[in-house]
Amino acid sequence: MAEAGTVTETHAAHAVHHEESFWSKYVFSTDHKIIAMQYMFTGILMALIGGYMSYVFRMQLAFPGESVPLYGVVTQGEYNSLVTNHGTIMIFWVAMPMLIAAFGNYLIPLMIGADDMVFPRINRLSYQIFLISAIVLIASFFVPGGGFGGAWTAYPPLSANAEYNLTPLGSTLWLVAVALEFVAFLLGGINFITTLMNSRAPGMKMHDIPMVLWMIVIASILFMASVGPLIAGAVMLFMDQVVGTGYFDPDRGGDPILWQHLFWFFGHPEVYVVLLPAMGIVADIITTFARKKLFNYKLILYTAFATGIISFFVWAHHQFVAGIDPRMANVFTITTLIISIPIAEMLFLYIATLYGGSIRLTTPMLWALGFLAEFLIGGITGIFLGASGSDIYFHDTYFVLAHFHYTFFPIAIIGFFAGVTYWFPKMFGKMMDERLGKIHFWGTIISFNFIFIPLFVLGAAGQHRRIYNFQNFPDLAGLQDLRVLATTALVVMLAFQAVFLFNFVMSLVKGKPAGKNPWKSNTLEWTTESPPPHGNWPEGLPNCYRGPYEYSVPGREEDYWPQNVPPDTAPAE
Amino acid sequence: MLQGTYDFIKGIFEPLGDYLIGSQVPVASSFAGDIDALIALVAFFVGFWALLTYAAFFFLIFRYREREGQRGQYVTGEEKNLKRWISYPHAAIILCDLVIVFMAIMVWYDIKQRLPEADSTVRIVAQQWAWNFVHPGPDNQLDTEDDINTFNELHVEQGKTYHYELVSKDVLHDFSVPVFRLKQDAIPGRIMKGWFRPIKAGEYDIQCAEMCGIGHGIMGARIMVETPEEHAAWVSENGTGKLASR
Repeated sequence: MAEAGTVTETHAAHAVHHEESFWSKYVFSTDHKIIAMQYMFTGILMALIGGYMSYVFRMQLAFPGESVPLYGVVTQGEYNSLVTNHGTIMIFWVAMPMLIAAFGNYLIPLMIGADDMVFPRINRLSYQIFLISAIVLIASFFVPGGGFGGAWTAYPPLSANAEYNLTPLGSTLWLVAVALEFVAFLLGGINFITTLMNSRAPGMKMHDIPMVLWMIVIASILFMASVGPLIAGAVMLFMDQVVGTGYFDPDRGGDPILWQHLFWFFGHPEVYVVLLPAMGIVADIITTFARKKLFNYKLILYTAFATGIISFFVWAHHQFVAGIDPRMANVFTITTLIISIPIAEMLFLYIATLYGGSIRLTTPMLWALGFLAEFLIGGITGIFLGASGSDIYFHDTYFVLAHFHYTFFPIAIIGFFAGVTYWFPKMFGKMMDERLGKIHFWGTIISFNFIFIPLFVLGAAGQHRRIYNFQNFPDLAGLQDLRVLATTALVVMLAFQAVFLFNFVMSLVKGKPAGKNPWKSNTLEWTTESPPPHGNWPEGLPNCYRGPYEYSVPGREEDYWPQNVPPDTAPAE
Repeated sequence: MLQGTYDFIKGIFEPLGDYLIGSQVPVASSFAGDIDALIALVAFFVGFWALLTYAAFFFLIFRYREREGQRGQYVTGEEKNLKRWISYPHAAIILCDLVIVFMAIMVWYDIKQRLPEADSTVRIVAQQWAWNFVHPGPDNQLDTEDDINTFNELHVEQGKTYHYELVSKDVLHDFSVPVFRLKQDAIPGRIMKGWFRPIKAGEYDIQCAEMCGIGHGIMGARIMVETPEEHAAWVSENGTGKLASR
């Protein structure tokens, strides 16, 4: 402990002795909180870009060929490029930075009672590389030939050969951007894992770690273990594009299916890489607002580990009809249905946490419950796709699209809103407006369902993905009403995001002061000032005496019992 | 035994499959009904669990909402009498999964893993961004002089079993016929083999179901399922080896 104490003193001394300039404080900072903000605001910006793209291509589908307001006429090539980059951005530049990097960076040191990450400079480097990757991706839209349009899965030979994709520069920049993003998250992941394992407050045992941190760290481990093959694949694809090698070119002994294996070996664990942090955020919110201990902490942890491990053995369910050996499909059907077991169990445990609670429906709690309700639909519709027989029909239809939006939207968007409305008072020292928060919640949730339920119906009717105008297909042309409905709902949902941005800015300016612990929560981040100063606890780092979810403990006056309060004394506040 | 169990379960779910998918998309191949029944089975199981979960979820939110002067209960979730609320559904889900796996593999085996004797073979050549079809012509043999080549239009006869040889000239494509519930990627450098048996005459969409470049959105074709008489007429009319026109 002597060591940690010394570090704190250094931080305190640092703050006293010289005021830092704007640049060193906000741009080249090594403070985990500032880096978290950098990731968060970059993520929000990219989400706005990704949302705008979805608006443009949905308008094209609803009103084919007409000029889209704020864009113009969408050509086929532009349509493909918009769809491709919408997917890429929302997964790699929105879900990952907002859920893992922003919340991971912000919460890990604060929730384990540390003054910063163990590798602050690697942390800074991680964000800088991430920023460069985002710039490279955005730049790829403006090069001759336009942005890459070969779908976010980038299957060769289309992605490998400019003769086929007609975007010689766009596809290479896209690939470079994705590879850089992986580097950023590898650096971040090393930091998360090491910090959680080494810098916990004295007394914080493995089962005293808040669930959200476990989830972020398990996600980081999954990412590190799965990304290697894809990086190798990306190098091969890059060589095919630029040097003219033939790793994926069947004419020269290559195999296009190889890329699919490498991609999905990473791609499926990636789903859980972003799912788990969102589940963790939800765990911390529902316990706080149900005033309840998490229902069977250890079992939830084991289901997360089980999900993570099994996620490495399911990848080829994306390739049932892609030309793999048909016998292989049987194996992957079995593993895919096995993974439904721990995930279903985890969801049951979350719902069981509500049992016996005293539930307060605040905005963050609404988002957390909304996550569980919407993700359930995403989960159950996955069974249709994991079962090889029915996947023959559903593969590459709008049913798949609606299914993964029912998983990724709860993860990336609902999970983010849950986390940001919950930790906003800590991040900025101000409360957000509850009324605007609830208007935003209901507006977003209702319109979200009106976007994607019609798309399930269209998928069941046999409508395929990535087609820029369904009027070219006589059997599908008649379903236009559903497409218009989905597009209208999307425009409404995007409009409701203005409520959030307004609430965010207004709360920053005029919000009520939050105090240290506005939600009467137990975890350590609520024991320091809001916002926490440089070094987090200038008066000395906290100790930990118990698990994070000791709510409503019998015989105590208060219904919460913060982790840092020594046994047998009343809570500090 | 396996087949008997499969047929029994399929029989139960066939009407629901007809309602869910068959009512929207014609059942035009011999195995389309099997897939519809499988989808219905999955829909039944997951629908059951979803309703149960939503019922518990909303009940708990309503029942345990905040009340004046009432505190939450201290429950760890490790109590035996509470844990069974998790462990019983857990076991039940494993059982449901087993049934789904069994049915899915039976359907998959029938459509993709076995290759029944064919009455005729067609070749499907995908390219950016069109479909070329080679029909065997009057002698029912491919690669002979009387082959009928068509462009974006495949003619097949109702009730016959077809093999297809699917090839691609450039990038990945996917031969998808929604009314057949059939889908298969075309891979350059390989010949993908499979089968179908049309059972319902009519004219239906063929879609490309794999992103294949700028023109992916226009890469559609039509499949003409014809009665034996119609088909025979079409073959004799076009069986000269020239590009068929319509």
